[in-house]
Amino acid sequence: MNVKVMEKWKNKSLDDILWLCQETVEDTEVMTVKRWREAGGKVLGHFQVYFPEEIAHAAGMLPMKMFGAPVEPRIADSRFGSYLCSIMKTCLEQVLSERVVLDMFVTHPICDAARNLAPIWGRNFDYPCQILYLPQNPNSSYSVQYLKEEYERIQGVIEKVAGCKISDNDLSNSITVYNKNRTLLRELYDIKRKEPWLITINEAYVLMAVGGLIPKEEHNEILGTALPMIKNRNTRKQDRIRVVFEGGFCEQPPLDMLRAIGRSCYVVDDDLLIGMRYLLGDIIENGKGPLHAMAESYINNSTYSPVQHDLRKPKEKMLRERFTKADAEAVIITAAKMCEPGLEEQVTYTQELDKDDTPYFVSEFEENMTSFDHIEIQLETFVENIMFD
Amino acid sequence: MNDTLKKEMVGRGTREGAALFRDWFQDLTEKAKNGETAAYVFVMGSIAEILRTFDLPMVFPEIHSLQTAVRHVADDYLNVAEDYGYSPDICGYVKADFAMQMQNGKHPMGQIPKPGIAVLTNACNTYLKWAEIWERIYEVPMVSIDVPATREAGTRTWPGDDQFEREKKYIKAQLMELIEICEDHTGKKFDIDRLREVLGHVNTMSSGWKRVLELNQSRPSLFNALTDGTVYLGMSNVFRGTPEGAEFFTRLVEEMEYMSANGIGTLTDEKYRLSFIGVPCYPIFRRFNEMFTEWGGSFVMSSYLWFASGGSNLGFQYDLTDPLDSLSEGVLISVRDAMDSMFHPELTVLNNSKEYNIDGVVYHPIKSCRTTSAGMADNRRALMENSDLPSLFIESDMMDSRVVTEAQMKNRIDAFFEGLASRKAKATIGV
Repeated sequence: MNVKVMEKWKNKSLDDILWLCQETVEDTEVMTVKRWREAGGKVLGHFQVYFPEEIAHAAGMLPMKMFGAPVEPRIADSRFGSYLCSIMKTCLEQVLSERVVLDMFVTHPICDAARNLAPIWGRNFDYPCQILYLPQNPNSSYSVQYLKEEYERIQGVIEKVAGCKISDNDLSNSITVYNKNRTLLRELYDIKRKEPWLITINEAYVLMAVGGLIPKEEHNEILGTALPMIKNRNTRKQDRIRVVFEGGFCEQPPLDMLRAIGRSCYVVDDDLLIGMRYLLGDIIENGKGPLHAMAESYINNSTYSPVQHDLRKPKEKMLRERFTKADAEAVIITAAKMCEPGLEEQVTYTQELDKDDTPYFVSEFEENMTSFDHIEIQLETFVENIMFD
Repeated sequence: MNDTLKKEMVGRGTREGAALFRDWFQDLTEKAKNGETAAYVFVMGSIAEILRTFDLPMVFPEIHSLQTAVRHVADDYLNVAEDYGYSPDICGYVKADFAMQMQNGKHPMGQIPKPGIAVLTNACNTYLKWAEIWERIYEVPMVSIDVPATREAGTRTWPGDDQFEREKKYIKAQLMELIEICEDHTGKKFDIDRLREVLGHVNTMSSGWKRVLELNQSRPSLFNALTDGTVYLGMSNVFRGTPEGAEFFTRLVEEMEYMSANGIGTLTDEKYRLSFIGVPCYPIFRRFNEMFTEWGGSFVMSSYLWFASGGSNLGFQYDLTDPLDSLSEGVLISVRDAMDSMFHPELTVLNNSKEYNIDGVVYHPIKSCRTTSAGMADNRRALMENSDLPSLFIESDMMDSRVVTEAQMKNRIDAFFEGLASRKAKATIGV
C-alpha cells in the first residue's frame, strides 16, 4: 500500500523537517497511524525491543513500534499493580483509549513485565495478541533454525490478519527496504560520532523515532533528504564533552531530558530505540530463504542490550566497545524507573568503568517526568569536573 | 480411629520434610567448608534430571534467599546489596543471594557453596540477569535452556503438532549441549541408564505431587496450600530425582489419603476455602497466614504450588524407553505450564473452583517479582468478569519488610472476610 502518512515535509528546511518529526513523535493521537488506517491499511503494534518488521511489511501491514507515549495512563493504570515501569502502562493506554487501533499486537520475552503484556492485551482485545519468542539461548547451535521456525509461525498469524499470503519475493523486497533504512540510520550515527555538533541528541532521536510510526519507505525518503542537509549544516563545534548514553533500549527518556543532556554534552553514541538498529549490517540472503537470513542476522550479526543474554556479548565489554569506537570521554548510565534489567545492568556497567576510572554519570528517568533542572545541574557539575580536571 | 496411627500419620510430611531439609543444608554447609562447588539452579526448570545424572550437588538460590526472609534477616542482606549499588526496586531474591556471595555463602542455616556451573530456564527473565552475576564473579559456565512458552491464551500445542515437535527439537538440542558441558565440567561420561533411574524417581514425585494437590479438594482441606504446601514444594524442588524425594511423596500421598478417608483436616476451623495467587509474604510468613485462619479461611489451592514446582503439578510421566526425547517433551510441557500459571492463573482457578469449593481468591502481587505480579490486576478484573468469586488484592513483597505493612493488610483482609460472611449469610437466607 503506497500511502504517505506524514505531513508534507518535502521542500522544507532541515529545521522544519526535524520539527515535523518531533511533532509526529510527540503526537498523542498518532495521526500517522490513523491516516494509514483511514486509507484501508492494517496495523501491527509491537512492543520493544526488536521485532522483524519485514514480515509485517511484506504482508502490506504497517508495523508500529510501541515505545511509550506522553499520555496519562488513566484507563491502563487499573490493569497494573504498583511496581512497574511506565512504558507498559502508556502503551496499553494508547490502545485502551483508542488513540491507536491495532489489528494485531506482539510482545517479546525481554523482561518479566513485558511478557505479561500479551496475556493482558489478550484479555482486553479480540485480535491476536502474541509473544514472539526470540531465543534466550542464542548460543545454542539450534537457535537460528528455531528462530527461523518462530518467524514462520508469526508469519502465519500475520497472513491471517492481513488476509494475504506472503511470498519469499515479498519478504526479499521488504528486506531491501529495511536494509536501506538500517544503512541510513548507520549514516546518521556516523555523523553523531564524527561531527556531533551537526545534530543534537534530541534531533537525531526524533529523526530516528519517527520511523517507528510511518511506513519504512517514507522514513527512507525523509532520512535520504535530511542526512545530506545535516552534513551541510553550518553549526559551529563547541566545547562539550563526548558521551555515550546508555539505558534507552526500552522505555524512552523524555525529549526534554535529552535536550538537557545535549546542552552540556555531545552524545556520540547511544542505545536509544536500539531495536531499530539491532542488526548491525544488511540482511544478506543465503539461499536458505529470507526468514533464515533474518534469523541468522539476529543471532549472529546483532548488537547488545540488557535484555538479551549472549555469551559472545558480555554487556560490560560491549559498552566498553561502544565507548571506545565512539571516542567518548564519559558515559551516562541511565535506567527507566522500575526497569529491572536496566537497573541491574547499571551495577555491571559502573563496575566495568571503575576499572580504569572512566567517568560516568548515573541516573534514572521516567518517560512522563517533567522536571529536569536537577538532572541538568548535576550533569553540568559532572561535565565541569571532567573538563577542568 | 486408631490414635497411634493418627498421631504417626498426620503431619508426617511436614516433619519428615523439615528433617530432610536440615540434612540437605548440612550437606551443603560441609561442601562449602570443603571448598566444593555446586550447580546453581532455579525452581522453574531446574533440569535436575541431567544434573543428578552427573551427581552434581544443587543449590536453589531462590530457596536460600527466601529463608533469610522467613528467619527475619533478609533486610541485612538486602542492605549489603543495596550498598553495593543494586536498586531497591529489583528482585529481593537476587539481592539477598548477591549479599550471600559477598559474604562467602553465609546463611542463617549454614553456608552455601560457591557455584561451579549455573543452569537456568527462561521461565523467569530475572534468572538470566541473576546468573550473569555469578558468571561475572566466578567465571563459571552459565547454561540457559530456552523453553518457548504459550504465545497466546488458548494456543498451546501438544505432542504430534508441528509446532510442538519443532520446539521439542530445540529443547533437545539444548539439553544435549548441556550434557556436553556437564561432561566437561565433571569429567564424567553421560550415563543414559543413570538418567533413566533419575527420571523414574521424578515420575514418582510428579505423580505424587499431582495427587497431593488433587486430594486437597477434600472438606475440610488436608493441608494449607500456603504454609504446609510450601514445605512440600521445597521437597519437590530440592529432592527432585532422588530416592528420598520419591519416598517422601509416596508417603505424603499415603498421609493425605489417610486424612481424607478419615475426615481429618488442618487445625483451622474451616469456614472459607481460598485460592492464593502469587508468591507468599515471607517476611511475615506465619502471621500472613494467621490473618486468614483467624477468620476460618484456609488456602486450599495456590498458584505458587504450580509455577514454583516447575509445572510438576501436571504429573508429567517420562517414558523411560526414550529418556532424552521424553525429557525434552516433559521440560517443554511442564516449564511452559509453570509460565502459564503465572500469566493465566485465573483460568486454572475458574476451571477448578467447583471441585475445590473455592469461596474467594487472594491476589498477592509483590514488588520483587514482575513475572507473577505485572498482570495480576488485569487478571483479577478478568476473574471478576467471568465469575462471581470474591477476590482480594494486597500488595507487599516476598523479601523486603519495608513494603510489608501488616496493619493495612489486616484491615483489608478483615474487610474481605466481612464481605464473605455477609455473602454467606445472604446465601443462607436466599437473598
